Amino acid sequence: MPHLHKTVLHSLHAESGARLIDFGGWEMPVQYRSQVEEHHAVRRAVGMFDVGHMRAVDISGDGAEAFLRYLLANDVAKLEDGRALYSCMLNARGGIKDDLIVYRCAAGRYRMVLNAATAMADIDWMLEHSTGNCRIDLRNDRTIVALQGPKAAEVLPQLVDKAVAASATALKPFRCTESGDLFIGRTGYTGEDGFEIVLPRDDAPALWRAALDAGVEPCGLGARDTLRLEAGMNLYGQDMDENTFPGEANLSWTVALEPADRDFIGREAVAKAQPQRRLVGLVLEGRGVMRSHMAIRFANGATGETTSGSHSPTMGASIALARVESHAEGEAEVCIRNRWMPVRIVKPPFVRNGEPRV
Amino acid sequence: MSNVPADLRYTKSHEWVRVESDGTMTVGITDHAQAELGDLVFVEVPEVDRALKASEACAVVESVKAASDVYAPVSGTVVAANEKLADAPELLNDDPYGEGWLFRLSGDAAEAEALLDADAYSAEIG
Repeated sequence: MPHLHKTVLHSLHAESGARLIDFGGWEMPVQYRSQVEEHHAVRRAVGMFDVGHMRAVDISGDGAEAFLRYLLANDVAKLEDGRALYSCMLNARGGIKDDLIVYRCAAGRYRMVLNAATAMADIDWMLEHSTGNCRIDLRNDRTIVALQGPKAAEVLPQLVDKAVAASATALKPFRCTESGDLFIGRTGYTGEDGFEIVLPRDDAPALWRAALDAGVEPCGLGARDTLRLEAGMNLYGQDMDENTFPGEANLSWTVALEPADRDFIGREAVAKAQPQRRLVGLVLEGRGVMRSHMAIRFANGATGETTSGSHSPTMGASIALARVESHAEGEAEVCIRNRWMPVRIVKPPFVRNGEPRV
Repeated sequence: MSNVPADLRYTKSHEWVRVESDGTMTVGITDHAQAELGDLVFVEVPEVDRALKASEACAVVESVKAASDVYAPVSGTVVAANEKLADAPELLNDDPYGEGWLFRLSGDAAEAEALLDADAYSAEIG
């Protein structure tokens, strides 16, 4: 068995009886008691996730803005202090190397959060393409805990310093605040209100225990996956990869082609690209569960394939994301275990703030 | 710790069989299997009158995580199937040896007796 990385909270998960799996080279909790109950806790109250496998990387210096404007498909020049931006990092062919959130803490000081499996390759890529006058620091001294759900703001003051909690709960979505070593973004991967807390590794166990005491449900990667799927958010490596253009992953809105004089990696390719495929949402009309890599066919002859599929606990039906040919139209069917079953084509998100949207 | 009732017979693929007083055999999946699968969200049982050969894939149980085939532990003809599971697959998590039964077979009960007993199955799942 290959060596798996462990987060600083690993031993606490074992205490809580978590079932652990290998995720991107990290041994992470997939569920604690019930994946469905954990999912509902986040939709209805508040849950927390150990996301210490995701990497915080700080980019700082006089050249930081210029570098990020070259590195990322979205434009950090849009950011004021204390704001966050979702972006793709593209390769020269316009394919997606990774997706990430970048926060502007202050002028010349940015923090990015990268996916676990891709982080090290991303950092090599950044060093290779550095435009100078900036530092790229992988924050191995930090870990990340996500607190998510309609009651997250109610619970936060019990977990962190009161003054920091007050500024964090006053934040609008996609904003961030920091105080000393503690950084809090009003961001997440669930389609609910919530916070992503970046803190010193040594402080994380106390925060986790305080949250357990406050009644916060510990949630594993299983619930995280059904929550993000309901929220219509892509999972890197599954719904998109290096061979996917942003336009084929519902992410055209994250590619800033204006101003026209900003050069960024992949710009030429992505501006010229004429995507032949698009990403749609599916809701299964009958019983069963859609999974990834199931075939889709349309009445007009177009075809496609699911990229992510599962049972939606909120909707009580199976939902999926599927990449289909651009001309796909009309009635559609999915092939589940050699049987073609009708599906409804919808525009994600499936669920937002606790309520079905499709 | 999984519940492994002493009066049942088991397979390595985690089905259980109970020989009823009328000689029919009730089949389900074990407590260990339901715990491994997690929250069940879809169950497909075989049709009544279907003839099954031992080890034939004959039912599907799907959790949020994964789909899994259920194999006939013995040969026989399906005489009843648990239709309640269509609307309440969670019965299988809550009560795997009772309300969560899958189907009932008529066949040779001696075949069931030849399967693993509770001790052998417990050893199997460690």
